[in-house]
Amino acid sequence: MAGFDKVVSSYEEAMAGLEDGMTVISGGFGLCGIAENLISEIKRKGTKELTFVSNNCGVDDFGLGVLLPDRQIKKIVASYVGENAEFERQMMSGELEVELTPQGTLAEKMRAGGAGIPAFFTATGYGTPVAEGKEEREINGRMYILEPAITGDFAIVKAWKADRYGNLVFRKTARNFNPMAATAGKITVVEVEEIVEPGELDPDQIHTPGIYVNRVILGTFEKRIEQRTIRTVSS
Amino acid sequence: MALSREQLAQRVAQELQDGYYVNLGIGIPTLVANYIPEGIEVMLQSENGLLGMGQFPTEEEIDADLINAGKQTVTMATGASVFDSAESFAMIRGGHVDLTVLGAFEVDCNGNIASYMIPGKLIKGMGGAMDLVAGADNIIVTMTHASKHGVSKLLSNCALPLTGKGCIKKVLTDLAFIEIKGGKFHLLERAPGVSIDEIIKLTEGELVIPEHVPEMSF
Repeated sequence: MAGFDKVVSSYEEAMAGLEDGMTVISGGFGLCGIAENLISEIKRKGTKELTFVSNNCGVDDFGLGVLLPDRQIKKIVASYVGENAEFERQMMSGELEVELTPQGTLAEKMRAGGAGIPAFFTATGYGTPVAEGKEEREINGRMYILEPAITGDFAIVKAWKADRYGNLVFRKTARNFNPMAATAGKITVVEVEEIVEPGELDPDQIHTPGIYVNRVILGTFEKRIEQRTIRTVSS
Repeated sequence: MALSREQLAQRVAQELQDGYYVNLGIGIPTLVANYIPEGIEVMLQSENGLLGMGQFPTEEEIDADLINAGKQTVTMATGASVFDSAESFAMIRGGHVDLTVLGAFEVDCNGNIASYMIPGKLIKGMGGAMDLVAGADNIIVTMTHASKHGVSKLLSNCALPLTGKGCIKKVLTDLAFIEIKGGKFHLLERAPGVSIDEIIKLTEGELVIPEHVPEMSF
């Protein structure tokens, strides 16, 4: 790599430096827009005691779920975790620590973390189990709770296209948490479907500027669909 | 007769207004999209980052990169936009969504709602529900009035962990349309053929019955 060229050619290089006990922020909503092959690389490396910050934890054999059988995840911060039998087993037995976090708060924690905002007040979760142990404050007659920001040692991100400088474009709802995750990692690794030369992406159309991105790798994706729902043409 | 799932959706759809941005939760709320009154334009918001959700795709249109908050494959309506999750919840928290429809396990007469967790049994997480109930002013909760064993879900105090505190003002059950104000349930409408006595029997929280309670019409 030279200058602003962020492209790496192997998954080993993409995830180099990931160590036991680190925090990884992951983009994706369900199985949509997840860094499939970066997750596979973490499984191959066998890194353990990881804390993941991710909206969901995949399914039994895909997404972050593949890291469960070898007990690589110590803790997960997520909003919805209901699609995974092994996950449920580890959560119920106490092997896996789960911090349930409202989806909008989770997105904002990542955004704040990447933007240098240490914490923020939100009405979301006030008066619920989410508020336990958190500072509460009345502002303009309404009650809010103080939510700390999140940053990670690594962020794993899936984008549609990148240029060599790490400028990113996402596609449709595969964007989801990825742009915030990209800002919140000390080392942000992005897996993409296409890499182009600098200048080929329209600067007006870039969703995530390359300043947030450390490594870019070209991947091939299964893009598994969780709920394949169709309409018949006649209706 | 208690309302069917489709009738619940139909009754909610009567609350839609032209030009509304609407977030529909998973389950019965999703069905509301099938009953949008003619001549009314609404834009459906899906909290995973889509405003202008269209119908389900045909086999040829399926796109793994285009799903709704229930993780179902969808399409985009004309004039749709896509955005990230922080932006999506800025819309929700910032009060820009005109109507939110979601399900619940319990509500109480102080406007509290429990919808995401049954300790020891069902621990899947709140997803976007806590943000939705905290951010929206106009919320309709759709639910069954009581369990199949006849245990009321309209309570004086929610027993399950709360999704939101003091944020629910309207509840549509299979038996009744109810408003919450001043720490009490107020009966607005009853399902066709359902007696007021039956509603009273299945409502644990304090229920105010006006002199005239119209039947819902479809």
